[in-house]
Order: sequence, then structure tokens, then C-alpha cells
Amino acid sequence: MVGLKLLKRSYTFIIFFFLYAPIAVLIVFSFNDSKSRGNWAGFTTKWYSQLFHDQQILKSLYYTIAIALISSVFATVIGTAAAIGIHNMKRLMRKVVMNLTYLPVVNADIVTGISLMLLFIFIRIKLGFLSLLLAHITFNLPYVILSVLPKLRQLDRNVYEAALDLGATPLYAYFKVILPELMPGVITGLLLAFTLSLDDFVISFFTTGSGVTNLSITIYSMARRGINPQINALSTIMFVTVLVLLILVNYRMSRDARVTRDRKEKNKNAQDYLLQKA
Amino acid sequence: MKKNLFVYPYAFWLTVFIVVPLLLVMYYGLTVKTSAGVVLSLENFNRFLEPVYLKVMARSILLALVSTVICLIVGYPMAMILADRNLKNRNILVLLFVIPMWMNFLLRTYAWMTLLENHGIINTILALIGLPPLKILYTDTAVVLGMVYNFLPFMVLPIYSVLARIDRSIIEAAQDLGANSFAVFRKITLPVSFPGVLSGITMVFMPAVTTFVISRLLGGGQYTLVGNLIEQQFLYVGDWNFGSTLSLILMLIILLSMGIMSRYEKENEGSLGLW
Repeated sequence: MVGLKLLKRSYTFIIFFFLYAPIAVLIVFSFNDSKSRGNWAGFTTKWYSQLFHDQQILKSLYYTIAIALISSVFATVIGTAAAIGIHNMKRLMRKVVMNLTYLPVVNADIVTGISLMLLFIFIRIKLGFLSLLLAHITFNLPYVILSVLPKLRQLDRNVYEAALDLGATPLYAYFKVILPELMPGVITGLLLAFTLSLDDFVISFFTTGSGVTNLSITIYSMARRGINPQINALSTIMFVTVLVLLILVNYRMSRDARVTRDRKEKNKNAQDYLLQKA
Repeated sequence: MKKNLFVYPYAFWLTVFIVVPLLLVMYYGLTVKTSAGVVLSLENFNRFLEPVYLKVMARSILLALVSTVICLIVGYPMAMILADRNLKNRNILVLLFVIPMWMNFLLRTYAWMTLLENHGIINTILALIGLPPLKILYTDTAVVLGMVYNFLPFMVLPIYSVLARIDRSIIEAAQDLGANSFAVFRKITLPVSFPGVLSGITMVFMPAVTTFVISRLLGGGQYTLVGNLIEQQFLYVGDWNFGSTLSLILMLIILLSMGIMSRYEKENEGSLGLW
């Protein structure tokens, strides 16, 4: 048994080492006082200060965040409305729409990318910010819909009807009754869309132009001739930010779970107490 | 019935940004430009059958398959370890497993270039302990390594989520009835995890067979994988017709393998559960 435990431990260690080695390399080299990767020339933080003066990187960071924000909000609004509509559709129609919705999820990114590029050239939208934004909304939409639909299935129809009986207009009932119930799914969809958009390379690569690049494209174009150490610095900052955020979310979730569990236990204890009394 | 109004913006979006683009790919893929104008033709499909291109396709499928198998062999034990209920801090470990995916994947792949270079970190360490250097950067080995590195979580997480749901009492019952741990694994764990394995295989194979970034950064030569070939046709050669034909073939392969997979799985819940 002890041998097995040791085996499991070392296996886990090796896998995690494999997963984190490249990231460690990036972080270490963001403090390296030399432009070339591979040799260590002493500790420096100059890349971090230069980062905030590098126009190319700052511009692509700006485009990345702008596109991610706008596209995820748009996709969430259209997608939530679409999910409600799809949920109320007749069976056959729903099947058709759902299959089309799955298409960009299933299809290769490169095919989605070139098909959108062909479209933008065909309808004469200049490849640039607008085309990039439209492409991002398009690949974000299915993820929003797929996050909201399960919440719709859990919905209790009676609550909505009760609201109507009490004199709410359908629209009012939607905003006051249905939407709050869907909120967890909507938020998941929004976050998912935002992160997918932040990280996308392939589709962006084919649908952008005229100097509009996101971080991924900048990194790709730098990769073969050697990446600026400023990029290492930026990715270290981003990695640490994500790490802290995830730990906070995880902490909050486990605290919430603990609170609900405690509350349930208290309720149960109270019930037991009352039962005993009776 | 008025509720269906909600779906119109989306229906419009679907038509313009999903259906029309795919029709355009079909249009370019099934036609050629001649002096007499655009004519319907399968010429580009014939061109694909030339040995040069068939070789690229065979190589893409082979490398993707090898990566998928390695991910399965390496990932399955990892999923079992993560799904172990007795594990302390299981949530944190799973979180740590997912975190690398949050770093830009181009950067992670680029970091492998630093590690694998002729005078890179791995070779420096090897030289220090007196071993011969590894020369794998810009080879197929490096491409497979990059694929395994990037797609391993896609194999581990679906298997993990299935394994974590196994009812412990079933395993206990088997043990009570005298099954040893190998029998438990063969008769319970393995069959139950099957849907997870299937969605893992799909989620690794699909991106692996279509990638052009990993092969561009870690592989050698120009025409390594079918993804690179498509990229070349659109961005450098300017032959949209042949590029579209290749995209159609790629879509066909994906649909076929999805079809094969979905015959084996009843309902694929794992694919989105990942997020």
C-alpha cells in the first residue's frame, strides 16, 4: 500500500512538472538580463518597466481586451435571448437550430476561420477590428447558448405563469422572474465567452487585418524570430492575475459550500431537536 | 408564440455567419477558375490525390493518432489519481491541473522551443550530467510532444469527471464479493469510464489533426500538416479553391470521426462539463 502511494505521488509530481516546466521557464526568463533565450545573464526587472512603453504590445493588449469585452457582452445578450427562443421552439426546428449551433464548436477552428474570412471578403467588410469582433461574437455564441439552456430546462414554468396571473406583463415577468433564475447560466456563458475570446488565435489570425492584432497574433508573429522578453513579463503578470483570481473564486466557493452545509446542519439539528421535543 | 421573437436575431446571425461562410467554402472547393469563367469541377479533389498531398494528410492523421494514444496512456492514470476520494486537497489538485490552460497556448508552446533548443535548457542539463544532447526541436517528435502537452488536459478532465461520479458502494460491493483491485478495475472502473475515454479521444484528436501552430513552431519544413497546407493556400499561395477543397476534406474527416464516436456513446455530457 505504501509503495502504491509513493508511486501515485511520484506520477502526479512528474505530470505536474511536465505541465509547469514551460511556464516556469517563461516566468524565470522574464527576469533575465539578456534578450536571447537560453542563457542566463543576471536578474533584472527592466522588461517589466519596458513593457509599459512597448507600443506594439500595449496596442495588441488593448485590442485583445476590447474585443473580448465587447464580443462576450454581445454574445451573451444575443445568446441568452436565443436560448429562450430555442427552448420554446417546436421539436424539429429546435433540432435544426441546435445542430447549426454546434457546428462552430465541433468544426476545426481553421475551417471556421477561413470560412469567415471568405465571408468578410465576399460581403466587402474590410478585415480589421469589425471583422475580428464579428468573428469573435460568432464563435462565442454557442458557448453562451449551451450554458443558458440547461438553466432553462430546470426552470419552473408555474412561477412565470403565477407572475402573469398576478398582473405582470410578459416582458416584465421575463425580466423579473425568468432572467434572475437564468443568471448563473448567463454569467457562466459570459465568463466562458470572455476567456475564449482572450485566448483565441486561429480564428483571429484569419479574420483580422490592417494592423489590428491581438496578443496571440503578436506572439505568433514574434515566435519564429524570438519573442521579446516584454511578452514574458506580460504573460507572467497575466498568469499571476489568473492564479490569484482562481484561488479567490475557489476559496469563496468552498466557503459558500461550507456555509450552506453548516446552515443545513443547523436546520437539521433544530428539526431533530423539535422532533425530540414533540 | 411571441417568445419566438427572441430567436430572430440569432437566426439571422446563424444564417449570415455560419451557413453562408460554409456555403462559400463549398463554392470555392467545388469550382475552378478557367478562362471561360468559374466552372463546377472536382479538379481540386483530384489534385488532393497526388502523393505529395496524401502524404501530408497521412502524416497529420498519424501524428494526431500517436498524440491521442500517448495522452490516453499518460492521462488515464492521472485521471484515476485525481478521482481518488481519499486524496487530500483534491479540488486544489484539479485546479492546479487546469491552471496551465489559462496561459496563452502559443506562449506555452514557445516555451518548449526554449527548452528543446540545441543549446537550450534540457541540453544544458544533459551536458552537465554527461549525457548526449537531444536533437528533437523541428522534428515530428517535438510536434507530438507539443500536442501531448497542449491537449493532455482534454483527455484527463472528461475521464476524471466520469470516474469521480462512480458510486463507491458498487466498488465496495465488488470487493465484498471477493474481487481484487485488478478485477475491480477491469470490471467496473474501465467500463464505467468508457464514455469519458471516448470524449477524451475526440477532444484530443480533433484539435491535433487540424493544428497548424504547433507544427509551425516546433516542426520542421513548410508542409508538415494539413493545417499548414490550408494556411499556405489562403495566405501565401492565394489558391482559395484548393484551400477550400482541403477544408472540406478536413470537415469530412471530423464529421466521420464524430459519427464513429457518437455510435459508441449514448449521450455526450463530458464535452461541456469540462468548463
